Amino acid sequence: MTVEFKIALAGNPNSGKTTLFNALTGSRQHVGNYPGVTVEKKEGIYRLEDKKINIVDLPGTYSLTAYSEEEVVARDFLIFEKPQVIVNIVDAANLERNLYLTTQFFELGIPVVIALNMIDAARDRGIEIKEDRLAEYLGVPVVPIIARSGYGTQKLMEETVRQAAQKKEWRPKPISYGEDIDSTLLDLEEKIIRGNFLTDTYPGRWVAIKYLENDQQIMDRGRKENAALSAELEKEVEAVSRHLLETMETYPEAMVADHRYGYIKGILQKGVISHKYDKDRLYTSDRIDKVLTNRFLGPLFMGLVLFGLYTFTFNYSELPVAWLEILFDHLAQLADSMLPDGQLKSLIVSGIIDGVGGVLGFVPLIMFMFFGIAILEDSGYLARVAFMLDRIFRIFGLNGSSVMAYILSGGIAGGCAVPGVMATRTLRSPKERMATLLTAPFMNCGAKLPVLALFIGAFFSENKAQYMFFFTILSWLVALMLAKLLRVTVLKGESTPFVLELPPYRFPTLKGLFIHTWEKTWQYIKKAGTVILGISIIIWAMMTYPGLPGSEKEKFAMQRQEVEAAHPAMIVAGSNMAISGAEAAERDRLLAAIDRAEANSTLRYSVAGRVGTALERVSFLAGFDWRTNIALIGGVAAKEVILSTLGTAYSLGSGNQEESGSLAKTLAADPAWNPIKGLSVLLFISYYAPCFVTVICISREAGSWKWGAFSMIFNTLFAFLLATLVFQIGSLLC
Amino acid sequence: MSRMMLRQMRRNQKGVITAVKQGGELGRRIRDMGLVPGTEITVQGRAPLYDPVALRVMGSVLSLRNNEADFIEVEVQP
Repeated sequence: MTVEFKIALAGNPNSGKTTLFNALTGSRQHVGNYPGVTVEKKEGIYRLEDKKINIVDLPGTYSLTAYSEEEVVARDFLIFEKPQVIVNIVDAANLERNLYLTTQFFELGIPVVIALNMIDAARDRGIEIKEDRLAEYLGVPVVPIIARSGYGTQKLMEETVRQAAQKKEWRPKPISYGEDIDSTLLDLEEKIIRGNFLTDTYPGRWVAIKYLENDQQIMDRGRKENAALSAELEKEVEAVSRHLLETMETYPEAMVADHRYGYIKGILQKGVISHKYDKDRLYTSDRIDKVLTNRFLGPLFMGLVLFGLYTFTFNYSELPVAWLEILFDHLAQLADSMLPDGQLKSLIVSGIIDGVGGVLGFVPLIMFMFFGIAILEDSGYLARVAFMLDRIFRIFGLNGSSVMAYILSGGIAGGCAVPGVMATRTLRSPKERMATLLTAPFMNCGAKLPVLALFIGAFFSENKAQYMFFFTILSWLVALMLAKLLRVTVLKGESTPFVLELPPYRFPTLKGLFIHTWEKTWQYIKKAGTVILGISIIIWAMMTYPGLPGSEKEKFAMQRQEVEAAHPAMIVAGSNMAISGAEAAERDRLLAAIDRAEANSTLRYSVAGRVGTALERVSFLAGFDWRTNIALIGGVAAKEVILSTLGTAYSLGSGNQEESGSLAKTLAADPAWNPIKGLSVLLFISYYAPCFVTVICISREAGSWKWGAFSMIFNTLFAFLLATLVFQIGSLLC
Repeated sequence: MSRMMLRQMRRNQKGVITAVKQGGELGRRIRDMGLVPGTEITVQGRAPLYDPVALRVMGSVLSLRNNEADFIEVEVQP
């Protein structure tokens, strides 16, 4: 019989926690979300002989306060799921700071096993740690490991299982926080235990500490449980706060923190740690930083790296994207030839294969992007980018980490908002992250480019490149301005403190890179793939139903017959008399014209056509006619659709992008169009509702469909306002 | 020995934190990262626009905005 264990893996960011988790569980991982929040929950299994160990990878945190979602998730998991043991990974080269989190596990009393990681890197820095002494003074097992190579990991799990099998009670360790706090603590704890206040869930002393720390989550729970007692505790805390402020100019929470560090220092000074070299010696990493964050060389190098990432993602994924396109074309052809003509065929070819194919076509792009970001993140460079750019982005209510999302979304024209929105995961502060992911779609993604190119070509032809550059810069301005607008309205709030660790540069491990890339890509395939299938079917139906009434269809059939009668096909069985080339071409041309006219009428008659016509009542303000409206509605499914729909609507057959030259000519020649209308449409397309895949990603990343809906409405309103302004003012002036 | 706020420190200057004059979330985050009284710090450098500042703290490097550094009082060597 297999024995099962449940353990949690916890540690600071950059302590090698993810590397250890990957080393332990390999591909036996499951990635989900904690209920109600966007924090990722990773679970995996490690097998030791006949034992099955379920490992939950807690989010990397420095502390267990109630300030960030990650920290709340981590401590709620510990308290409500009660893992048997917590494996606390600490960076040996950074012991003093890493043990701060450990002291908070001690306060909870949960059994801890310490994984002393990167002892090799610490040794290189001349740091020697006596793990047996450390274990003795801390009172918990300490196992030295090197997560990257797997050294010590089996021993670590053996020790963990041994601890788990003992089924220890949770025993909070009494750490002293200084006289004033200690006496208050005793008092509070007594009241808490006597009142049986939250003690079914939390240790009494821990609740007392949280009250002293002014922890909002626990205090809210306390007020609900027993408002009177909670008020009494709060009053007592207030008294000691006032006393501390008067006598020592400090806060209870500061005292608690100082003494936690004091406790750690006290232990480390008892011969646990020795430094061979001068503490101020510059490490390799610091020397690299002298160049890479240098005032002049730093930004230059950063530009090259970001441009490199961009090139890597979009150029190298071109080939696999093309392969996928060919694959889906073949599938469509196969379905085309195997199925009888009719609604089912149209649904499968135009609805499902085109729609799902459009989404899966992004997969190579997503994989390359995540691979590139994983390299930047795992190597430690991403933190430097945030460091260097923070000052600029802060002006707009964002922070330095926002730049990556903007660039991937098309900040250097030609990106894609989907990876851009997903890249906001590297932002730690929730409001800045929301503002970034809501504004990233304003960038000119690769799908908007051909549309922009078409309109520029049609109406401002001469300097395409200059206009493109201008519209790229404009996108940055719009995105940053609107980010600022969001940050002073719906996402109002102080900027989150930006205390960021710049981890030492490291070579990423291939295994880690592949696991990161794959798990994120798979999430994308699973979620976006299922939702987009439904949406493609809806869009297809809107542009197909209701079909033309019989009488209309007959009219087109009759026209066809007339043409066929006037230009008889002379390929009669047995006869090798061929019609002349010119005549055949004329016949084909006429027939194709009828097909297009029928397609046009069908479109106008469909739901989408009717909606487009109905919208004219509003859209005339910005100069859009019903055909443009349909194209714009189609563009919500995917921006690529704008060109093909416009093409269909303007009777240009399939409206392939290759043929946009002729569409451009038609628009330029059409008296209903002029440069002002062109500019108005162009601006609208640049900034209106993101495509569905992006909306789905926004909803997923923001944790609610409301934000997806918000981005569609907000962006469309903004774009319409801008387009209307340009159109009206432009029309007045000209 | 003289006291000053972290913002005024020069590049490569060393000092020992004497006080973190801020409660609430910011204070907590600063302390969580190991910036507490008694901690030795060295200013490692500044970002291209002089803000944020990079500090060497107990063997690791932290970055902090100037307006956050304003709450940290340091005793520096002359």
